[in-house]
Amino acid sequence: MKILLFGIAKDIIGGNILDWELSQSEQTSSQLLEELKVKYPELSKLRSIALAVNGEHADGTEKVTSNDEVALIPPMSGG
Amino acid sequence: MIELKETKEINVAEIIDSVKSDYCGAIDVFIGTVRDNPTGNKVTKLFFESYTPMAISELEKIANSVKEKYQADKVSIVHAIGDCLVGEIAVVIAVSTPHRKASFDGCQYAINTLKETVPIWKKEYFEDGSHWVFSHP
Repeated sequence: MKILLFGIAKDIIGGNILDWELSQSEQTSSQLLEELKVKYPELSKLRSIALAVNGEHADGTEKVTSNDEVALIPPMSGG
Repeated sequence: MIELKETKEINVAEIIDSVKSDYCGAIDVFIGTVRDNPTGNKVTKLFFESYTPMAISELEKIANSVKEKYQADKVSIVHAIGDCLVGEIAVVIAVSTPHRKASFDGCQYAINTLKETVPIWKKEYFEDGSHWVFSHP
């Protein structure tokens, strides 16, 4: 699947999009986030790091498959 | 009016017009502008990046919340994307309500919520480097 990257997540991982192989065909967004943190430990040093699934802030319980649009959401700073 | 656009395209008068309503005696407008750092590192510019479809949908949620919570008739939010120099506009929020208190409160709620929920990221550029704002504790 492809994971969209923004802000400092782009700097940490490199590029605008991360090609990512899900460890299971379906897993929760919190499991996916934990795996991303293991692969990219710098993510854990941020003030916050979360996922959006299909354009909505994830609470961790969402089921994620390779058909979903997933984005990494580092600390937001609009305004 | 919910939009993301280049700062030079942001037209405050047009945004105010977009919330005018015969049912409202108050329009409150918040304008966020880019400021220099009064001490230390001189800010040369800001750069705003967005996850655009989600940013628009989160801004629409905020506008709807302001209508529900503060009985606003119309709410417009326009945020800059791309480069912004010192003095330029980063965000404009306009809220119209029947009476003034609700428009002040609704506008404040909108900017506070925007900072928490809308996927927009700000990079500050200094003469000697740059950083993504709020990224690290």
